[in-house]
Amino acid sequence: MAHIELKGITKVFGNHAALKNMNIDIADGEFFVLLGQTGAGKTTTLRLIAGLEKPTAGQIFIDGQDVADWGAAERDVALVLQQYSLYPRYTVRENLEFPLKSRIRRVEPAEIKERVDRVAKTLRIEHLLDRKTDRLSGGEMQRVSIGRAIVRKPRVFLMDEPLSALDAKLREALRTELKNLQMNLGATFLFVTHDQIEAMSMGDKIGVLNHGHLVQTGTPQEIYQNPVNTFVARAVGSPPMNLIAGTLAGGEAVASEGCRLPLGNGPATATDGRPLFFGIRPEDLYLDSGAPGEARVHDVENHGVEKIVTLRTSNRELLQATVPARTELEIDEPVRFSWNPEKVVLFDGNSGMSLRHMG
Amino acid sequence: MAAVQTRSERALNRVAIVAVLVITLIFLAPIYWITSTAFKPRNLATTIPPTVLFEPEISPFVKLFTKRSQLREAPSPEEYAAAPWWERMVFDGGEKIVRSGRGEIQPSGYPNRFMNSLIVAITSTVLAVGMGTFTAYGFSRFSVKGEADLLFFILSTRMLPPVVVAIPMFLMYRAVGLNDTHWGLIILYTAFNLSFSVWLMKGFIDEIPKEYEEAALVDGYTRMQAFFKIVIPEAATGIAATAVFCFITAWNEYAFALIMTNRRAQTAPPFIPSQVGSGLPDWTVIAAGTFLFLLPVAIFTFLLRNHLLRGMSFGAIRK
Repeated sequence: MAHIELKGITKVFGNHAALKNMNIDIADGEFFVLLGQTGAGKTTTLRLIAGLEKPTAGQIFIDGQDVADWGAAERDVALVLQQYSLYPRYTVRENLEFPLKSRIRRVEPAEIKERVDRVAKTLRIEHLLDRKTDRLSGGEMQRVSIGRAIVRKPRVFLMDEPLSALDAKLREALRTELKNLQMNLGATFLFVTHDQIEAMSMGDKIGVLNHGHLVQTGTPQEIYQNPVNTFVARAVGSPPMNLIAGTLAGGEAVASEGCRLPLGNGPATATDGRPLFFGIRPEDLYLDSGAPGEARVHDVENHGVEKIVTLRTSNRELLQATVPARTELEIDEPVRFSWNPEKVVLFDGNSGMSLRHMG
Repeated sequence: MAAVQTRSERALNRVAIVAVLVITLIFLAPIYWITSTAFKPRNLATTIPPTVLFEPEISPFVKLFTKRSQLREAPSPEEYAAAPWWERMVFDGGEKIVRSGRGEIQPSGYPNRFMNSLIVAITSTVLAVGMGTFTAYGFSRFSVKGEADLLFFILSTRMLPPVVVAIPMFLMYRAVGLNDTHWGLIILYTAFNLSFSVWLMKGFIDEIPKEYEEAALVDGYTRMQAFFKIVIPEAATGIAATAVFCFITAWNEYAFALIMTNRRAQTAPPFIPSQVGSGLPDWTVIAAGTFLFLLPVAIFTFLLRNHLLRGMSFGAIRK
C-alpha cells in the first residue's frame, strides 16, 4: 500500500493543457475520488500515475520516491478501466492469471492458482472462471477486471470510471462492494468519476477537477457543506446547491428579485451592497406559509422518500427544495419559502469564490 | 432483419441468386478446363468441339515429372511388356522416358521449380507480413514525425507497374550477383508486398483498442511482450488476410521471375509455359503443371478461410 503525491503536475497535449499545476496528496489506505466532467483531466491524472504518460512538468512520488524514470510495469499500480479492460480471447481465469504471470513478478504456479481462487471467491465469480470474457455480462466483466487488479496486491488501485458503463442497480451494488473491498484490503484507491453520487458515497476524500485545475480537495462533508466556489457548489450534490443572486443589507440577504431573507451570524462578513450569491442546499430550503420568499411551483419530482420541488421566483430564477413526500403541491401554485440561515454559503458575485475561503 | 419478405424482395432475391450462379460459373470455367485437360489423353486435349466425356488418365502427370524424348520407332514388344504401366502411357503417346546410362529415370525440371516457388513465396510472405505488422504497429501506436507523408511514400511504391523498373533492376541484380538466386526473388517480392502489408495491417491494428496493451503494460509486461501476447492474437485475422494476399502475389508473379531467373532459382510460372513438350505443344502436361500449381494457394486460402471472411470485411463483422 502506498502514499501518492503529485507535485506541480502539468500535462500539455499539443497546445491544450490537460492539467495545470496540480498538487494531490493521497494518504496510505485512503479512498480518494477525483470528480470532474469529461475532459477535466481525470483520466490524464490516472495515466500519469500509472506511467502511461509522462508529465510535462512536475513530479510524482509513490511512497516518497520520485517515479519519473519508472515504467508502467515497475510502478506496481493496478488500473481498472470503464471498458476494454479484459483481454479478449482469454478465459476469466487466464485474465486473472495474466498479471501474475508477468516475468517481473515470478509467482509460483501453485500460488497463482491459490490467489486466483481466493480473489474469485471474494468477488463471487468462481462459477465464471472457465468462461471466455466475451460471454460475460457488463457487471461480471467489471468484477473480473477488479479481480485482475486485486490479485496482484498492487501498491495502489487506479480506477477510471469502472462503474459508468453499468446499469443503475448494478452500479449501486458494486459501489457498496467496492467500498467494502477497499476497507477490507486497506488499500490506497484513486477512483475517477463524473458521478458526484459515487464521489460522495465512496470517497474518504474528494478532489474536484475543473478544466485541468484541482479546485478543491476535502472530505465529502467539507466539499458538500463548504464548497470553495460556485463551480464546486453546483458540481457536488444532487440536486445541486441553489445560488441566489443578491446583496447584503443590515445583516439580511436581499435577493435580487426583492425578498429579504434572514442570515446567521457566521458568514455575514461581507459589506453591504456587494454583489453576492447566496448558496443554499435544497434540503435547507423549506416551504412555509409565513415565510418571506415568494415563488410558484414550477415542477415536482417524486423520489419516493421525498419530493424535489422546483420553484420559480418572480424574476424566473429556478430554485430547488426537498419536501416530505406527503406534501401535496400543484404546478403553478403560489408558495412561500425560506431557508436555514445557518446553512447559507456566501459567494462573491464576480469571482464566484466562497467568502469563507477567501478569508 | 425483416422476417417477412415482400413479393418484390423475393423476386429480387431470386435474381441475385441467378446472378451469383452465373458469376460463379464464369469463374469456375477456366479451373474446370485446366483440371479436365490435366487428366485427358493428349489426343483429346485439343479437339473441336472440346471433349467433355473421356476416361481420365494420369499420363500428363507422369510426363510432367519426367524427362522425355520423341520416339523414332515404336518400342519393341519385349521392351513394352517390361515397362511399368506408367511408362507404357508415355510410349502410347509416342514418347519415351529418358534414362541415364544406369537406367535411372531422369526427372523433369518441374519439381525443382515448384520447390523454388514454395521457398520464394513462403519466405517473402513471412518477411513482408512480419515487417509490415511491426511497421504498422509503430505507425498506429506512436506519434511518428511526418506520419502521413511516410505512409504516402510507402504507398507510392505501388504507383507504377513493377515491370517498368525491370531493366534497371535486372542490371542492378546482375551487378551484385542476385541474378537467378532465391534471395533475389525473395527481396523483390518482399519489397512489392511490403507497402500493401503495411497499409492493410495498419487498418487492422488501428481497430484494436490500445487499452488492451496499456493494461498489459500496467500488469507488468514490456511493450514487446504486450505486442506478442495481446496485439498479435487480436490481429490474427488481419495477418491471415494480408498473408493470403501477399502469398498469391508472390506465387503468381511471372514477369520478374522470367527476367531474373533461368535455372537454379526459376519458379514455376515461367517454367510451365516453357514445357510445351518435345515437338508440338503438349497441353495436357501444361495443364497438369498448372493444376498442381493451383493447389498450394487453394489449400492455403482454404485453411485461412474463416479469418479471410472476417478480414475482407475490414472489421465490419468484428464484435
